[in-house]
Amino acid sequence: MKRVLPPLILIAVLLGGWEIACRALAVPPYLLPAPSAIATAFVGAWPLLLASAWTTLSTALVALVISSLIACALALAVSLNSQLEDAVRPIAVTLQVTPLVAIAPLVTIWAGIDHPSRAVTGLAAVVAFFPIFSGALTGLKAADPDLARLFDLYGATPWQRLVRLRLPSAVPALLEGHKVATGLAVIGAVVAEFVAGSGGTQGLAWRILEAYNRLQTAKVFAAVLTLAILGVALHALMELAERRLLRAWRGR
Amino acid sequence: MTPPIASLASVEVDYARGRALGPVDLALPPGEIVALVGPSGCGKSTALRLLAGLEAPTRGTVTRAAGRGETSVVFQSPTLAPWLSARDNVALPLALAGVAKKDAMPAADQALRKVGLGAALGARPAQLSGGMAMRASLARALVTRPRLLLLDEPFAALDEITRRALADDVLALAAELSPAVVFVTHNVEEAVYMAGRVVVMSPGPGRIVGEVTIDGPVARPPGFRATEAFRAAAEAVSALLAQATERAA
Repeated sequence: MKRVLPPLILIAVLLGGWEIACRALAVPPYLLPAPSAIATAFVGAWPLLLASAWTTLSTALVALVISSLIACALALAVSLNSQLEDAVRPIAVTLQVTPLVAIAPLVTIWAGIDHPSRAVTGLAAVVAFFPIFSGALTGLKAADPDLARLFDLYGATPWQRLVRLRLPSAVPALLEGHKVATGLAVIGAVVAEFVAGSGGTQGLAWRILEAYNRLQTAKVFAAVLTLAILGVALHALMELAERRLLRAWRGR
Repeated sequence: MTPPIASLASVEVDYARGRALGPVDLALPPGEIVALVGPSGCGKSTALRLLAGLEAPTRGTVTRAAGRGETSVVFQSPTLAPWLSARDNVALPLALAGVAKKDAMPAADQALRKVGLGAALGARPAQLSGGMAMRASLARALVTRPRLLLLDEPFAALDEITRRALADDVLALAAELSPAVVFVTHNVEEAVYMAGRVVVMSPGPGRIVGEVTIDGPVARPPGFRATEAFRAAAEAVSALLAQATERAA
């Protein structure tokens, strides 16, 4: 309770100040709607926002699964062959540092103009790829060197080394990578939707664009608020999942 | 004379920054406990890795009568797999050697009971104290019934009472299985207490500067630390160590 109270008080104070300022200065609602107007828009558009949130969330989750499968498989292959790692790493880094927005039009074209949802999923998967790949690769190399020496001493086969040492050692870094990737996949889905921008995918980004085009600023805020809630909830969930799984991994 | 379990003959090891060890000669008869002491950088751990076969010498010969499965190493940290229970950790060397689970598990349980962890068979390393984790590590080293047991500063991270208790445990187990034991330590008293022979090394590059032999049964009698023999040996080792440190400076 002690940790929850200060931020709640701050939020209340900020919202109150915002409300008072809007009313006292008679700020036009298209410029900055008062919190009460945003709340009304939020409640009014609730079913639509929920459906859009589900679209964005499911896109991000599908992207995450695709990304996870590819990234883990590639990290495993790369970890078994250092030459392959040297070959793959620059490409992976390049992919990571290239802004998503810049490659979005290409992916949209490749996915086919008729399938904007595929493009959005694909782009979200691209953003989610790097943290999982990098986490998996770090994890696969994270085995305790002394424990690895014991495996040498006991004459472990490469297969035993992989299954009994490297894969289990990779678990913490792998979980961390997935946690980061989940947040990024949502961001990726939103950015991609903005770029696709056709209303072919009715996620939260589309709700923002739609309201923005009509200058319904309170609805923009309502959609942004939904996105923020979605982000926080997802982060909290992943945090919890990570902690649970880590506890199972190390038995405490 | 019985042939040694392992020996180093005119062994030298070079690293990129120069010679790290040698020339060194050392032979380990079966059942003998040898302590290697010396300031850091004197090549104690390198010598241990050579004896374990984990590292090859640049020059000279390492002879090992104990094969791969017959050598065990205990490191400074317990080096247990956090995702495995104590018994699975101890059974690991057997599992890697292809021993069936139904045979490996009872052997692991027995080894854990022997080091006093009979009540923590299913515990994970994170649930064990430092001393208990070290005991589990010791159980893992003994489960294969090694002919050569190598201990690399195994008690360095433990408090005094725990390390004394563990020292007695190691000696009791050594007396039972009588492997050749090499014990690396910084601690003179521990070396004299544990070993029948204390070998003092000096750095730059690592060499043997002398050795002190300590008589008495392997499992030390109570009050051994208070005896004249113990004190004389500790004095002698300290004198050699001072000499070694001087050479280093």
